[in-house]
Amino acid sequence: MKDIFITGLGNVSPQKTFDNSQFLDEVVSFTTNQLRCQDPNYKEFVPADLLRRMSRIIRFGVAAGKICLADAGCQMPDAIITGTGLGCLEDTEKFLSNMIRSNEEFLTPTAFIQSTHNTVSAQIALLLKCHNYNFTYVHRGLSFESALLDSIMQLDSGAVDTVLAGAMDEMTQNTFQIQQRLGHFKQKPIDNLHLLEDQSRGSIAGEGSSFFMLSSKPGTKTYARISGLDFFFKPAPCEIESRLLQFLKNNGKSIETIDLVLFGLNGDYGFDNIFHNLMEHMFPKTPSAYYKHLCGEYFTSSAFGLWLAAKILYHQTVPEVVLFKNASSGKFRNILFYNHFRNIEHSFILVTQT
Amino acid sequence: MPDKIFVTGLGIISGIGNNLAENLDSLLQSKSGIGNLFYLDSPWHNQILVSEVKSTTKELIHRAGIHFQEGYSRNSLLGIIASAEAFNHARLKEFGGLRTGLISGTTVGGMDECEKHYQDFLTNDSANIYIDTYDCADSTEKIADCLHISDYITTISTACSSAANAIMLGARMIRNGKLDRVVAGGTESLTKFHLNGFNTLKILDNEPCKPFDENRKGINLGEGAAYIVIESEKAVKASGKKVFAELVGWGNSCEAFHQTASSPDGIGAFLAMKKALEMSGLTVDEIDYINAHGTGTDNNDISEGRAIERLFGEHLPKISSTKPFTGHTTSAAGSTEAILSILCIQHQLIWPNLNFSEKMHDLNFIPVTHLIKDVLVNAVMTNSFGFGGNNTSLIFKKYD
Repeated sequence: MKDIFITGLGNVSPQKTFDNSQFLDEVVSFTTNQLRCQDPNYKEFVPADLLRRMSRIIRFGVAAGKICLADAGCQMPDAIITGTGLGCLEDTEKFLSNMIRSNEEFLTPTAFIQSTHNTVSAQIALLLKCHNYNFTYVHRGLSFESALLDSIMQLDSGAVDTVLAGAMDEMTQNTFQIQQRLGHFKQKPIDNLHLLEDQSRGSIAGEGSSFFMLSSKPGTKTYARISGLDFFFKPAPCEIESRLLQFLKNNGKSIETIDLVLFGLNGDYGFDNIFHNLMEHMFPKTPSAYYKHLCGEYFTSSAFGLWLAAKILYHQTVPEVVLFKNASSGKFRNILFYNHFRNIEHSFILVTQT
Repeated sequence: MPDKIFVTGLGIISGIGNNLAENLDSLLQSKSGIGNLFYLDSPWHNQILVSEVKSTTKELIHRAGIHFQEGYSRNSLLGIIASAEAFNHARLKEFGGLRTGLISGTTVGGMDECEKHYQDFLTNDSANIYIDTYDCADSTEKIADCLHISDYITTISTACSSAANAIMLGARMIRNGKLDRVVAGGTESLTKFHLNGFNTLKILDNEPCKPFDENRKGINLGEGAAYIVIESEKAVKASGKKVFAELVGWGNSCEAFHQTASSPDGIGAFLAMKKALEMSGLTVDEIDYINAHGTGTDNNDISEGRAIERLFGEHLPKISSTKPFTGHTTSAAGSTEAILSILCIQHQLIWPNLNFSEKMHDLNFIPVTHLIKDVLVNAVMTNSFGFGGNNTSLIFKKYD
């Protein structure tokens, strides 16, 4: 693949990441296991009459997209490509609950209209009057990676020069309750900033929307390059290491040239072992970082991870709050980002300095 | 020249048949699948017209060959049945060493078990096995497990253009050299969720739908699944297998007009068709037939019709909507209609637009009203448009 340049960022998350001039200068801690987005002033991004009807995910998704466009100084992207695991959950549950409660009578359409998974990408297109390629992926822990692969293919083929690529997911009270009962989230409230100290089953719930302006050329501001992407399903334990070695080789890198490994550690001891094993075997001395204590676990949290990698390369600093092991004062040129969702969907992204 | 994309397998289950042969048979007999709501458990029984797959979910479990019978939504079962037919039709198992992908479109299908058990999900453990069937990827992963596909799996949700976009993405993956062959399409079972959703929008017709008719009143929803197998030229040449059609053009555009309505001039439809046509290298007079999105709503048929007239000018091809046969199968519509279009190429005929009687004042054309046999069908365009203005056109061509 050709190098893909990240020329703009937009990130609405449980941290105050919506302001691109900051880099985790202030860290938000939570005392519940459901991390909610910090809201920017949505009126800056969406006309008030539209805003009133929008559910939370549409608000923060559209805002993240528009922050990204403004950051890149882009009026009209050549494509808008998004990924979401669960889509517009709040509107879906609202219509569903009303339907069950009323036994399918006296329903109103607004929540249904806004419940489809492509709503955010469609709303961004609508606000921009953008008739270009528009796509939404909905494949669990690989929703964002699928969107990224499509973006890379579009840019690689020369069909487009710019892609607004992003992901969004929201958590609702009902879905949190259901997922917690299943053991996906921890039973007792913990302090998110001490996520990895709590050795128990489950993670903490998160949400957010992160957008990237991807370009075939550097922009006025260029955060980083995406130099490699690979994802795969249900690997055998030994397969992960060999797949990683192949991935590095395919992209002209070796273990030694990786300056930082970003792991999708989420505090679930059943699943974090996969990261720990890889770290011990392959990267015992390499600086490493993690991020899910800041944004929580959700299907498209890897978009937050990519945002973090891009910011680290741009600012050439690893904020202490995300450092996992082996602090370094050296230069950061190559970041390997490895995430997996419940050991089913795995992804590697190679992010490099421009 | 870019690599050619060949269609080598077809699989479909819809309101007019449980497999390809049954669908073809119903089409030839002009037999519609539309009738009173029966299989979906809803107070709207016998009040809303739909095109249901004529089987209980239990029967579908049996037909799909699922032995461990729990945790399968109707959506997944339809997908498994249709994709397996396409997979076997293309004899994919016989040829190894190739990278195979599965790309599936769906939107609300996984809701069918969720809406039955939502209260249980919230309060007790009795229906836990169905919780993960809610999200869109569940049906895709279950299909992938049944077909043993793991090289690339993804799910697309762009509402009613999902399956058309799945086919388009599959072709792009092959052209980009990432895959050799792809099972692509979509699945959507009928759910109370979208039946009521469309009903609140007041766009359901309480009579059999009549697309492109002056007195059209709306949609009849349908359910089903349809998948095609597409392969690279190289993969096909190596196997020497039969090619049913060539996928020569695709175009995707966003209308950017309204979340659910189409613009009066159909700009999104126009751009999607134009892009597909340009890619195909065909001229407007070389398209023999358009299988229109043609939902039968007031809004769609004006918008789509005007876009067709604008693009094709004096060279209007034969046009029909096959939704009066299958109903509007939403996320599965794109691949359902792709298969119906490929059948036209294969058998050299054009499907009628059932229930048509009066020409629309706003348009200059009338759709095909009776089955046309022994007609030259070299190239067919098929349209799929979705909520959010996600519009996609595909063009299939005869391959000799």
